[in-house]
Amino acid sequence: MKLFDSLRSLVTVLFRRSQMVREMDEELHSHIEHRADDLERTGLPRREAERRARVEFGGYQRFKEESRQALGGNFGETVVQDVRFSLRGLRKSPGFTIAAVLTLALAIGANAVVFSVLNAFIIRPLNVPNAESLYGLWRIATNDMAESYPDYLDLRARNHSFEDLVAYNIAQAGLDTGKDPYRSWIEEASGNYFDALGLQPYIGRFFHASDEHGPNSAPYIVLTYAFWHSYFQEDRTVVGRVVQLNKHPFTIIGVASPEFHGTLSFFNPDYFVPMVNHPQFDESDMNARGDRWIFMTLGHLKAGVTEAQAIADLNSIGAELGRAYPKEDSKMNFKLARPSLYGDYLGRPVLAFMTGLMLLSGLILLAACANLGSLFAARAADRSREVALRLALGSSRTRILRSIFTEAVLISLAGGAIGLSGSIVLLKQLSVWQPIDRWPLHLAVTPDAKVYGVALLLSLVSGFLFGAVPVRQILRTNPYEVVKSGASGRIGRRFSLRDLLLILQVAICAVLITSSIVAVRGLARSMHNNFGFELQNTMLVETELNMAGYRGDDVPPMQKRMIDAVKEIPGVESEGLADQVPLGDAQADSYVFTDDTSELKHSNAAAHALMFKISPEYFQAAGTALLSGRAFTWHDDEDSPRVAVVNRQLARKIFGSEAKAMDGYFKMPSGTRIQVVGIAEDGKYGSLTEDPRPVMFLPILQSPSNTAYLVIRSSRDPEQLATAIRRTIRQIDAALPVYVQTRYKAMDAFLFAPRMATISLGVLGVLGAMLSVTGIFGMAAFAVSKRLREFGIRIALGAQRTEVLHAALGRTFGLLAFGSVVGLLLGLAAGKVLAFIVYQATPWDPIVLTGVVLAMLLLGLVASWIPARRALDTDPLILLREE
Amino acid sequence: MTIQAQLLPGTLDLLILRAVSLGPLHGYGVLLRIEQISGGALLIEQGALYPGLFRLIRQGLLKADWGISENNRRAKFYELTTAGRKRLREETESWNRLATAMASALGS
Repeated sequence: MKLFDSLRSLVTVLFRRSQMVREMDEELHSHIEHRADDLERTGLPRREAERRARVEFGGYQRFKEESRQALGGNFGETVVQDVRFSLRGLRKSPGFTIAAVLTLALAIGANAVVFSVLNAFIIRPLNVPNAESLYGLWRIATNDMAESYPDYLDLRARNHSFEDLVAYNIAQAGLDTGKDPYRSWIEEASGNYFDALGLQPYIGRFFHASDEHGPNSAPYIVLTYAFWHSYFQEDRTVVGRVVQLNKHPFTIIGVASPEFHGTLSFFNPDYFVPMVNHPQFDESDMNARGDRWIFMTLGHLKAGVTEAQAIADLNSIGAELGRAYPKEDSKMNFKLARPSLYGDYLGRPVLAFMTGLMLLSGLILLAACANLGSLFAARAADRSREVALRLALGSSRTRILRSIFTEAVLISLAGGAIGLSGSIVLLKQLSVWQPIDRWPLHLAVTPDAKVYGVALLLSLVSGFLFGAVPVRQILRTNPYEVVKSGASGRIGRRFSLRDLLLILQVAICAVLITSSIVAVRGLARSMHNNFGFELQNTMLVETELNMAGYRGDDVPPMQKRMIDAVKEIPGVESEGLADQVPLGDAQADSYVFTDDTSELKHSNAAAHALMFKISPEYFQAAGTALLSGRAFTWHDDEDSPRVAVVNRQLARKIFGSEAKAMDGYFKMPSGTRIQVVGIAEDGKYGSLTEDPRPVMFLPILQSPSNTAYLVIRSSRDPEQLATAIRRTIRQIDAALPVYVQTRYKAMDAFLFAPRMATISLGVLGVLGAMLSVTGIFGMAAFAVSKRLREFGIRIALGAQRTEVLHAALGRTFGLLAFGSVVGLLLGLAAGKVLAFIVYQATPWDPIVLTGVVLAMLLLGLVASWIPARRALDTDPLILLREE
Repeated sequence: MTIQAQLLPGTLDLLILRAVSLGPLHGYGVLLRIEQISGGALLIEQGALYPGLFRLIRQGLLKADWGISENNRRAKFYELTTAGRKRLREETESWNRLATAMASALGS
């Protein structure tokens, strides 16, 4: 009710305010006139009578104010008054206002961006009905969510915990609609996928479990809305059209709704196809129990089933399967994982990274508040005469405090609005940005109501936070003292809140600068690291012969044709072919055994090695050093003995030393014996931060692969070379989509996290530095202006410039130094955390340390330059005359 | 000159009601009337009258209208509402009770 009353009075007041004030003035004046009339009658002249009447009346403004409060409507009215008053005050000092609003805009904008991303990835649930009960199946032994098709079918049929289990796999396919062949990203989904997730099509229909009648029985395509929009221009007649996928006819049957792009939060496939058609997309055996090609299995938990019950249920099925198929299904233990970020695999680092960022941007905001707090305190000190005067004239302290808070909140709201609009622009850009060229990844981070709410809240909180800084100062103001002696009283107090704020701010800034320099250094170093292959002058050409209909025995001759044709391109120095490349999309791996192992089960394996199938000239083209032995030749084919080149790590793992490895034999899980003919250097294969891993290279003719990368070494301009390569391959087969990129570009996926970390830290570091500069500037300028008179006297008495400088800025620099040291120490600690994201990030690096010290020194100089000039340029004559 | 007494808190409102109960008055008139009925014994700071008047208006005990004063000036005239009349009666009674009690307590 109280609120309602206040609102009503606010509205009334807004409309009737001026009339009321006019009437009140008239009435009070009428009183004074009447009194004057009486006094005149006693014989006083009119002017004297009026003067006396005014004096007798007492504090006109005070009574008017009290009357207005007595009439009610004071809440709304004082708010309006406060706002007007504050706006007038702010207009009078535009420099202060702009600085304050911009500072806050930057800090709140940064927070809004970070929170939006956090919101998009962590907080906001997947865009499917009942997302909170949707769980994926996580295999503990292998630490992933992959399943084989038979295992998936068994889990689906036997569990009692899920409404239904769906499965999907991510694959690529060549799409031919009569235009250029298009290399598309697809999700192979189980028939029950859309129904179990509770989705409705945008147009057309979805495929259903009833469409599945054995392998390749359901040649249907459901487009995602985005792909329908970009590739088919939202053409509704596309439903029912037959297109070629990997040279097989498929019918487009529908389009999914705009919000749905699969259940992996940042991944945007082009379309969905039924999983039963898997043989047309991949050579892996759909029905092999040991071939775990399914990317993820997930489903809604039944109502009333707890996570623990579901896990127990799954584990008992796992145990049954383990007994029935000991070779493939041993150790089938499960936990449940959130599907949107592939469980903890991406969920944990993303959460950790975003929490870290949120913390840092929170610190930035805090620094901004500290900054504004001291600006406000300085302003309040500058206005102490005004405050004293207002107090002396009968204004209440609460009223003055309220006007200060109104000012603070006005600034914070303006800053929040500007910051939020800036962040919306930035987020829109971020949403359409494709961070990794090759993959259909988008960061759908468009802000929602939650983001706006948080921005508003942050604005208000920070407004009150920095508005509160000068409160004590005002409460302590003694009007008589100030009016009598001027505002320049207390200096040389040993330690004030303002000092603490400045130290805090400088420390935060130093932390950010330290960590961003550490990150940049780490990133730079990791680019010049030895990866076990050359980055420079290398091109990668990705081909998937399946997309053009090549299968089985057709594959090797076609690959040989491509190699030979590309070799003819002018400027190509060497080129090789591999089914996968190190630091590429995916890795095949296998257990390997020593030659004398008889029982080939996992627990007896000598190593778990990555497997690359390569052509003879691969090492040369990739720039991988062969330490001893020989590379392969085109005669290492299916008719000759099986051979391998292993890296040092694998040599040591199987044979104990590199020397023993040469010409030695090892075994594959199938029992095949393979002879080591060469040893290659170690490198990085799966991630930049990994420890050395055992790797074997096998001749591609002895284990053919449809997927192949051409690795091309050439010092020609990459653009020209790429065009030439595309033209050459089109001449061989126009239906084969190829993807050409430089080796650098192919690293994007691996550099994404460290780059994001570095950029974010850099941006926050710059923000922090800007805030520190304004903070130090404010402090120094304040210190100088308070003591200008003293400096004038000192200079007049013959003080040296250095002495004046010391007096003016010594304290500020002391605080700066202290804050920097604290920040640097914290930054060194933070560097340890950073090392998880950025390869070789170490703060114990002379460049980092000197960099931080120099940066902070520079900040100090920039920030205190103007105040220092002002102190030095003090003209004692002018000053002493003025005061 | 009579000895002037400070107003007890809360008594100003009662005095205003009493003053106005004798007929509509403008602000300055209220002041004069209080002086008159108290025999000049009660001192009111002139401006302090107005917050009191507005407080009573807000409580619905007084109503006000613009008119022309005996000095031929525009002024706002106050008079009691029914609620105001009732309140004056109650307050007067309770004041009298209090005054009697105080007098007997202090006098004995």
